[in-house]
Amino acid sequence: MAEAKSPDCAVLLDIYRRANLIKTADDRFIELIKAGQIASPYYSTRGQEIIPSAISVNLNADDYVITTYRGIHDQLAKGIPLRPFVAEFMGRATGTCKGKGGPMHITHLASGLPVTTGVVGSGLPIANGLAWASQLKKSGQVTVCNFGDGATNIGAFHEALNLASVWKLPVVFVCQNNGYAEHTKYEYGTGARAIVDRAIAYGMHGIQCNGNNALEMWGAAREAIDRARSGLGPTLLEAKTFRFRGHLLGDDSHYIDKAEMAAAIAADPMPAYRSWLIEQGHASDAQLSTIEKTNADDFEDAVEFGLASPYPDVSELSRDVYAEEVRP
Amino acid sequence: MTAVKAKRMNMSQAIAMALHHAMEIDTSVVVLGEDVADPQGGGVFKCTAGLSDAFGTERVRSTPIAEQAIMGAAVGAALGGMRPVAEIMLMNFMTVAMDQVVNHAAKLRFMTGGQTHVPLTIRTATGAGFGTGGQHADYLEAWFAHTAGMKVVAPSNPADAYGLLLSCIFDDDPCLFIESLPLYFTQGEAPVPGERVPLGKAKVVREGTDVTVISYSRTMVEVQAVARDLEKQGISVEVIDLRTISPLDMPTLLESVRKTGRAVIAHEAQVDFGVGAEIATRLHADLFHELKAPVGRVGAARSPVPFSKALEDAFIPTKERITAAILNVLK
Repeated sequence: MAEAKSPDCAVLLDIYRRANLIKTADDRFIELIKAGQIASPYYSTRGQEIIPSAISVNLNADDYVITTYRGIHDQLAKGIPLRPFVAEFMGRATGTCKGKGGPMHITHLASGLPVTTGVVGSGLPIANGLAWASQLKKSGQVTVCNFGDGATNIGAFHEALNLASVWKLPVVFVCQNNGYAEHTKYEYGTGARAIVDRAIAYGMHGIQCNGNNALEMWGAAREAIDRARSGLGPTLLEAKTFRFRGHLLGDDSHYIDKAEMAAAIAADPMPAYRSWLIEQGHASDAQLSTIEKTNADDFEDAVEFGLASPYPDVSELSRDVYAEEVRP
Repeated sequence: MTAVKAKRMNMSQAIAMALHHAMEIDTSVVVLGEDVADPQGGGVFKCTAGLSDAFGTERVRSTPIAEQAIMGAAVGAALGGMRPVAEIMLMNFMTVAMDQVVNHAAKLRFMTGGQTHVPLTIRTATGAGFGTGGQHADYLEAWFAHTAGMKVVAPSNPADAYGLLLSCIFDDDPCLFIESLPLYFTQGEAPVPGERVPLGKAKVVREGTDVTVISYSRTMVEVQAVARDLEKQGISVEVIDLRTISPLDMPTLLESVRKTGRAVIAHEAQVDFGVGAEIATRLHADLFHELKAPVGRVGAARSPVPFSKALEDAFIPTKERITAAILNVLK
């Protein structure tokens, strides 16, 4: 655990605000897809809300966050504006990417979200390049790269960790270990006792924490981000968590033992954190309800905006392929 | 009075000169790749010699032997505001980095709705003739030309290499810059310092009236020799150096073939599903009624690059095979 002091009340509530927004978005996206108002594959982040929320309160607006197709929690926690975010999910011209990227490639450069990849492990080598650019510009920016436990078995992970270590790059590699790579349980696919052990092989600082515990996650993130910002190089941060709603929407998690799932749901970080905030006197039930209401209203505003937005014109097919428009 | 001898240099020197110039005029230009910095020798083919001594090892970085890491770092640096030049020692090693090139570098501009772009130059070398066998000498340009978002460039001489490389580095799209191993050591006219060759512009290097031969990279050497030989037989060959494979300079190609009525595309890559097929299709589509013969193609055999000299010599488009292909469309 980090030596850093505990977050104050305002930070604790900020973590809750972000985490609740993520849960709200997840619930609503699933409803919208089931209602036929969004046509897209969907990778739920339910259960992993605390991780990016506790990380993001330690980041500056111009720090970079890279994530994957399972990424709405990382994007929302970083502060992506809701209207273009939801519109992108709906494939509308007003989306962050004009409807041309979609949920698997949500990008919002102004929010520090330069890349969302649909390919497992591919974000890590790119994170190094962004960090190298920050190093060259002496901008003090930190790059946080998120991925799952499955990504730690692909070559790009190993190549990237090694290079980041050799170049002492200001990167935090956050492995959100939810125990399952698609349908495959951790021990069937991963030889390492723990993901964090893989840091040793690259001479890299490693931290393991309970990603579902806001205080632990906040401390671990702070330690890794501080190290990166002060020139001490990269960290592999393993945040242990759980994924409640399968790999892909429609997946009933049949491959997860019922007792394991029941225990995980009993330890759901969202109600747990809410109760803790009240018990510790950081917030009243009414205060948290207000946060929840605001998030729900803001999200509904974005849904309405998205549904009312036009689809991109077909002429967009020849734009943004190259700097110059493609010939007809 | 002594004649002023034109300055000459080889392609490796021209590339080093272009990189030096680019790094000098723009501090966002950075170079990475295996052994590229001077403590590691300034590149296996000396194309980056002197760069890190001049600009420091922060901007000129040798990397581990890890092509995914190299390409990913180049993509990320480009997103972060740099103009990286990534060296992938040999074109076959591009296969190790394909995810970063095809899924990321080429597509990010589109997938982000134009919020980001990847001003990346990938330098890579290839070519048969050195007995390196099946995994060190392939011409894979068609793979990249087939990928929307990529530009593909293949110079045939030092001056073009210099001017095209500068254009690639300062272009806002990802460019694959293909260098020919044998041409590294071939002398040619020295480039004019600072003079860029525009992307997407082919060059008529020899005018003729009977047939147009379109080529690029190393094969241009053979094509020009064949054109000289055929002239002695009374056959007038117009030779076009494509220089940029994607985007294709169709106006120049169409103008020439409209004039000659016959065309052959010659390249070292294998013929099947290759660049020649794309060009031939476009020529047929636009000039169907003006062509005097179907467009011909000549290239490598449909096999991996062989080791034995006896096979390697037959594998590449030799002067004999190029000549035969030209005579075939003149029948």
